[in-house]
Amino acid sequence: MLLEVRNLFRIKIFCPLGLLALVLLGAVLVSSSLPPAPAQQPSTGSSAPISAGASQSVTPGSPVSTPIAQPQQTSLNIVVLDPAHGGTDPGARGQGGIRESDIVLDLAAQVRRALEAQGFQVVQTRQGNENPSFDDRSATANAQRGAVFVTLHIASTGLPGTVRVYVNSDLPAVTEANGLIPWDRAQAPFLGLSQKFGDLVQGMLAQRFKGSPDNARTAAVRQLRTTAAPAIAVEISSVVVEDRTALDRMAPGVADAIARGVAAFKPSYVIPAGPGALP
Amino acid sequence: MTPRWKVGLIGGLIIAVVAAAIYFPILRRRVKRAARLQQQSEEQARRELTQPVTINPGDPRVKTKLFWGSDTDDSTLVPVTVELPLSNDPVLRSKQVLNTLFAGPVDADLRTLPPDAVLLELYILPDGTAVADFSEALATSIPSGIVSEQLAVDSIARTLEANVPQVQRLKILIHGQEMETLAGHLDLTGTFIVNTKPAQTPPKPGNR
Ligand SMILES: [Zn+2]
Repeated sequence: MLLEVRNLFRIKIFCPLGLLALVLLGAVLVSSSLPPAPAQQPSTGSSAPISAGASQSVTPGSPVSTPIAQPQQTSLNIVVLDPAHGGTDPGARGQGGIRESDIVLDLAAQVRRALEAQGFQVVQTRQGNENPSFDDRSATANAQRGAVFVTLHIASTGLPGTVRVYVNSDLPAVTEANGLIPWDRAQAPFLGLSQKFGDLVQGMLAQRFKGSPDNARTAAVRQLRTTAAPAIAVEISSVVVEDRTALDRMAPGVADAIARGVAAFKPSYVIPAGPGALP
Repeated sequence: MTPRWKVGLIGGLIIAVVAAAIYFPILRRRVKRAARLQQQSEEQARRELTQPVTINPGDPRVKTKLFWGSDTDDSTLVPVTVELPLSNDPVLRSKQVLNTLFAGPVDADLRTLPPDAVLLELYILPDGTAVADFSEALATSIPSGIVSEQLAVDSIARTLEANVPQVQRLKILIHGQEMETLAGHLDLTGTFIVNTKPAQTPPKPGNR
């Protein structure tokens, strides 16, 4: 009897203790099995403001300052072509299975030929169906000297058969204490040149594609912001066409207009004299 | 202290541990599901909270400019003037005009924003930056592209500019998170300039 009472007493103590231990064990396991919340925090933070000073990754920082080192010698001889999207990101999609990422890759090949025929060297940010990050694509451009950057897109909307050129909207030019331009606004010193370059390409496109605007427009295009070169986005309207032949038919005209636009821009290409100095 | 009860107790504890080990993954799944459900119902609750904010018929009716698409040029916006009873409180007023903007124009072709997207929360920082948190549909249902994404952001920014002078800049969040882009193109890491006028416009006398 006494033994039974003691047993009960023990069980009453041990059971809650055991349960408590289990609960603690459980809590530890639950917290360790749910890592995405704390793990995502730094990744979302780092994707946004990557500045030159941050020890973030390989490329950001130094390339931005390289064109400033030798202002006079550089002339425009490289065009960095960026077929946007790719990989898991198809970009805009039409009903007939049209994928922006496929069409811009084929378009890039045509633009490349047109540019090479004009004597320019072409560097592409992707060759196949992969999807480099915005920063990786900018890094490809920022590693070149004497380059301009053209990112190629097909819109979801807009009057079919028209093409629009965009330059980055105003970015307050900020220079860090060490004289470097922060990576996250590398485009700032090039905005004036980008506008000139964009207007020239848009003018060439407007001659061929009626209904296109006469001047380049500004937009907060993410890809352009981190690019330390005269940079434009070219967007063709649109994926709503029934099949891609309508877009493929536009490709030679777009390629020719871009090549002519780059050639026309070449004499105006002067690298900004110093950080923060606007052309 | 007979070994029999000890054995029994240890046996019982082992059984409890085994049972817990079996039950534990089920429990964990339930906890995860509950967390998900809670998140969903939080958004639901926030939607329910934001919707009734729309209009208070007692407020003075004012001419409100809403920026929707143009039927002649699908890359520009045109203001449509409607009379709405609007609050004088800038936060409430912002919510009211944005809710009306998101409800959309009569002609669905002139929409600049996805019909299933809603404003979840909005507050205004002391420097005049309106932080607007939208439901995920704003990013997932919008047609991907520079022109379509810019029209969406511009229709929000220009509608705020026309109706809420206290708002100087706009920061867009999607379901409480800062996004790199809206739908692959438009940069959401910074703020959009809404009003270039230098300082906050003081409320006109008799306006309050
Ligand atoms: Zn695109």
